[in-house]
Amino acid sequence: MESLRYKAAIVGASETTELGIIPDKTPFQLHVDASVNAIKDCGIDKQEIDGIATTMNPASLAHYLGITPKWIDNTQVGGTSFLIHVRHAAAAIASGLCETVLVSMAESGRSRVGDTSLSTFSEPTLEGMKDSSFPGQFESIYGVYGPTTQFGLGVLRYMKETGTSHEQLASVAVAQRKWSNKVPRAMYRDLITVDDVLESRIICYPFHLLECCLVTDGGGALIITKSDRATNYAKNPVYILGTGESVETPIVSQMYDMTSSTAFKISSKKAFEEADVSHSDIDHLMIYDAFAHLPIYGLEDLGFVSRGEAGAFIEQGNTSPGGDLPMNTNGGGLSYTHTGMYGMFAIQESVRQVRGEAAHQVPDVKLSFCQGVGGMFMAAGSLIFTNSSPH
Amino acid sequence: MTDKIYRKPIPIPTPESDFFWAKVSQHELWIQRCVDCLKPFFYPRMVCPHCLSDKIEWFEVSGRGSLYSYMINHRPAPGFEEDSPYAIAIVQLEEGPRMMSNIVGIENTPENLILDMPLRVVFEDITPAITIPKWRPDETIKYG
Ligand SMILES: [Zn+2]
Repeated sequence: MESLRYKAAIVGASETTELGIIPDKTPFQLHVDASVNAIKDCGIDKQEIDGIATTMNPASLAHYLGITPKWIDNTQVGGTSFLIHVRHAAAAIASGLCETVLVSMAESGRSRVGDTSLSTFSEPTLEGMKDSSFPGQFESIYGVYGPTTQFGLGVLRYMKETGTSHEQLASVAVAQRKWSNKVPRAMYRDLITVDDVLESRIICYPFHLLECCLVTDGGGALIITKSDRATNYAKNPVYILGTGESVETPIVSQMYDMTSSTAFKISSKKAFEEADVSHSDIDHLMIYDAFAHLPIYGLEDLGFVSRGEAGAFIEQGNTSPGGDLPMNTNGGGLSYTHTGMYGMFAIQESVRQVRGEAAHQVPDVKLSFCQGVGGMFMAAGSLIFTNSSPH
Repeated sequence: MTDKIYRKPIPIPTPESDFFWAKVSQHELWIQRCVDCLKPFFYPRMVCPHCLSDKIEWFEVSGRGSLYSYMINHRPAPGFEEDSPYAIAIVQLEEGPRMMSNIVGIENTPENLILDMPLRVVFEDITPAITIPKWRPDETIKYG
């Protein structure tokens, strides 16, 4: 297939008006709020939108906003779905299926307003919960209880094989707080030390509270259009230069290698090839951080550092403000916000950095790499953005 | 088997896993391998994940394994309150595949649970029909 390089651009991008704790809005209302904000961000006439990609029912959003699309995507593979929506939207635009796509995401992850479907765990019956799925048969019976008890199952193995320390794992949270310290919309902004992290309550060993993501309410939306009409709007275009996606397994205990994400490797390699850029060209990096080990796995699986080097790389400040590879500059899922499907917020921060309008701006960002994860290493999506015009 | 009500999740066998759970209830651990490419695999499937052959056979494993990785959960799942904190472990079977389990016969602490320590399978009877495989340290092998 033809490359998606420079075929489409993000022209509108916005999060929900409020972020964090929003006790009076349903996820649907948050979708609408984010979508309207993104439309206003670029000043587009909504009648120009002829495609919708979202994890909710696209018909519900389309009808509510009075949009009649000729292309939809309802891919739902967890928190990276929105990165994959962007990729699919670029492909649809490149092949002429539509011209302008709205990508929308929202969750009432903390307040759970009007959304019983978000309650993953039903009350056990007296006979115990019964589950015939493979994760149900081979994982739930051993007391797993959501992502905190599953996502990090390979981490002790990774630490033993690479010599990575608990202090280095904790330094991920420390580095990201240095970013969120100057981000007014971040949930947590106070600087922390490695000792603060290691002295915080153990949630699921080896993970302490400060190594686990927040649980918040909010959302975000994007407007994507053809590159050759992307300069018609209020903000400078953020061109989509490279894209990738993959899936591995819905059963975390059956990953091919529990110390590395196969989906990260496949997805990011594809994005680099498509963008025709190298790692040293990247000015800004987002790696979806539901837990502190994800940026470590990500740095290695994306190829920014060699096997076993990521913990020291972060600990030494390379991803912190002033470092060579600024990463998770909004504070990430650990400090900024995490509604459950964080990927949209990683995209939003990449867009802000490339536009030069981030709260904690990195100087002169020309290329931003955004890496998403879905489920527990179930899925991956990768995007590379630039503000440089096509030649 | 205790008289107490068992509040933890119970596996519901499917056509692919019926044999696995039936053998476990007889206190035997069996997994599958491919007759064509000879590779063993877990979880149960109707075709080989390596070559898609449908010539699959069950075989009894040695019951020997080692501790590949784990976490110790301090926020118990419903039904697991009395066990907290408890380890959710990944066991490396001698035959190759890995499976999730709990570690019994030893207090679940980071000091006690040493990666690669040898383990032996044990069987915990839940109901007359359902038994769950778990693993305990193998004291016959010196480690650490
Ligand atoms: Zn085979």
